[in-house]
Amino acid sequence: MSVKSDNFFMDSVKDAAAGGLIALALFAVLIGMKAEVASGLGGQLGIVYRWGAVAVAVAIVFGGRLLLNLFVWKADTPVTQTAGSLLPNLQSFAPLGKYAMPIFLVLAVVLPFLLMSAYGARGSRQYLDLAILVTTYVMLGWGLNIVVGLAGLLDLGYVAFYAVGAYSYALLAEYFGFSFWICLPLAGILAAFWGIILGFPVLRLRGDYLAIVTLAFGEIIRVVLLNWYEFTGGPDGISGIPRPSFFGIEFTRGEGGFADTFGLEFSSIHRIIFLYYLILLMALITNFVTMRLRKLPVGRAWEALREDEIACRSLGINTTNTKLTAFALGAMFGGFAGSFFATRQGFISPESFTFIESAVILAIVVLGGLGSQIGVVIAAIVMIGGFEFFRGLEEYRMLVFGLLMVIIMVWKPRGLISTRNPSITLSGKKGKGISSDLVQEGHG
Amino acid sequence: MEYFLQQLINGVTLGSIYGLIAIGYTMVYGIIGMINFAHGDIFMVGAFIALIFIVTLGITASLPVALLILALIGVLIVSMALTAAWGWTVERIAYRPLRGSFRLAPLITAIGASIALQNFVQISQGARNKPLQPLISGGFTLTDGGADGSGFIVQLSYTQILIIVVTVALMIGFTLLINKTSLGRAQRACEQDRKMASLLGINVDRTISLTFVMGAGLASVAGLMFLLYYGVIDFYIGFLAGVKAFTAAVLGGIGSLPGAMLGGLLIGLIETFWSGYFSVEYKDVAAFSILAIVLIFMPEGLLGKPEVEKV
Repeated sequence: MSVKSDNFFMDSVKDAAAGGLIALALFAVLIGMKAEVASGLGGQLGIVYRWGAVAVAVAIVFGGRLLLNLFVWKADTPVTQTAGSLLPNLQSFAPLGKYAMPIFLVLAVVLPFLLMSAYGARGSRQYLDLAILVTTYVMLGWGLNIVVGLAGLLDLGYVAFYAVGAYSYALLAEYFGFSFWICLPLAGILAAFWGIILGFPVLRLRGDYLAIVTLAFGEIIRVVLLNWYEFTGGPDGISGIPRPSFFGIEFTRGEGGFADTFGLEFSSIHRIIFLYYLILLMALITNFVTMRLRKLPVGRAWEALREDEIACRSLGINTTNTKLTAFALGAMFGGFAGSFFATRQGFISPESFTFIESAVILAIVVLGGLGSQIGVVIAAIVMIGGFEFFRGLEEYRMLVFGLLMVIIMVWKPRGLISTRNPSITLSGKKGKGISSDLVQEGHG
Repeated sequence: MEYFLQQLINGVTLGSIYGLIAIGYTMVYGIIGMINFAHGDIFMVGAFIALIFIVTLGITASLPVALLILALIGVLIVSMALTAAWGWTVERIAYRPLRGSFRLAPLITAIGASIALQNFVQISQGARNKPLQPLISGGFTLTDGGADGSGFIVQLSYTQILIIVVTVALMIGFTLLINKTSLGRAQRACEQDRKMASLLGINVDRTISLTFVMGAGLASVAGLMFLLYYGVIDFYIGFLAGVKAFTAAVLGGIGSLPGAMLGGLLIGLIETFWSGYFSVEYKDVAAFSILAIVLIFMPEGLLGKPEVEKV
């Protein structure tokens, strides 16, 4: 027994030492020597040595690996297993899943009032802003979920439609003076239109090619927005985008304003609350439409397409049209969210529509569990909320974000919610969720 | 005509750099069928490692030519080794645990790894541009612009010659490696059928790791070339170069090594000619539009094998 544990310990230490050595090789140059434009050298590069930071980084890798070896990877009873057995079995949560959606919904609806009573009008502002941001990403995630989760089309340029929506509203408002409520449907239609234009030629392609073309398209849109100075303002963006009104009533102080009309005391928080409910409503509509469409022939065709494209074609489903509807609908919701973004910010520039945004939205969908609506909500709260939570770390947070994407994915490759509800079952009974091991992605 | 010649030279140089990066994409795609999104950032890491060694060793243009060349070869070898270590680590941490998982999972970890690498370099090396004094100056003047000096001066700099020569040499060496050595044979076997290859005694995991190591090594060569050619790098160069190199790989036919090189050259030429004759701002749009057009009419790329879908 003692021999075994001896070996076990030595093995762990050796393995951790190997990890530390590799970390030393990796970090010695990039952390240890910083190439900096020194002020004294006339603009030439000099090297600043920081061996202390390297030692810390290597120690972290060594220590982390040693602990993981001792307690998780090589241990007879991994700590994770012990910890897992302390928690109730996840299966017993399954009935709770039914209630999760209503609970989330109620919580979302009363959230502004909870915040207001807890922090007051002034203090709750930042939390409401965060809630709006998270909800925007939930909506974007749900929109992209139609494309990636249901139809199985890998779209790396979703932010392009978000940008189309935002710029549609901003430009229509700037050149024609249209109000938000006219522009909202127009922005969605325009984005859907772009989805069709883009989708028509490329949807015959295989999955990965589609990914790269959508990525390229996202970049094209951004480059055009950046360089078409006369029309879009280029890198300066568009400012002074009109704020939304409460069905014609402006959120202004004084006569005829929102507070005046409803006999309330004026407060700038009213508009924030209104924006929150607006995006919540838009997100819920997205969800509602998606859930309904899943039960229609077109929705079933999407999911069938995701599972097996060849089988679909041999059953007479028009795959191009099916993909195109998914693409256009996803784009439309992206456009709605985009015009909401424009009206909330009051200022947009191509900076907001970089590839990173697409990656974040895609990560939300995939981490949440493809095709799972509630998974998107959880992933959006975890990722965006966590992202804001780490705001104190400033420059480190994108690094943490990237690492978290890797870690969560390695830990749960199928996403957080990996069971699927069948859209149709035999004998009308409520079907159980299908475990992720039983479903296989096609190559849409 | 002179202008055209100059653009051609510039385009071939740029295309060589893209081609070197594209090989990494195409090999990885060929062997495990995933887009290694972090590859562009590996290229960026390679450029940074080369820069740091050049500055540390105090390599400047004032060194004697023979010494300069020796020093650059030394820098190249060290930075290839270190960049390869980065490539290996990324594969080990982010891709290997997900082997056999579903298709999108490694893509997400690849995007995560790309974001992490970019920000890691941004934090550790700072966000500002890193300018490097030109190391190799001068070149051949092919046309001197006529007797009255009104014509266009076409120049072929030593840096450009170096880039093209190194790329050609690496391509030849690499083709031999793939076609003649047992490692190359193992790679081709894994590409065709991983399960069968492992049944025949090939260590598939090791072969895949080596593929990543080789790809990263080539990317670091590209990084050094980029550094010598442009003389300035920052932590963000990996994204655009990566996307364009991937475009090149797809254009040439993904999975095909000569295709990657050809695609790289074409993308480099398209980009240079577009900026030379039309507009600099929209050069990326041109490259991506070509990609879309090629994919629509020739989905398997220029030199790729048409893929047969099996039920």
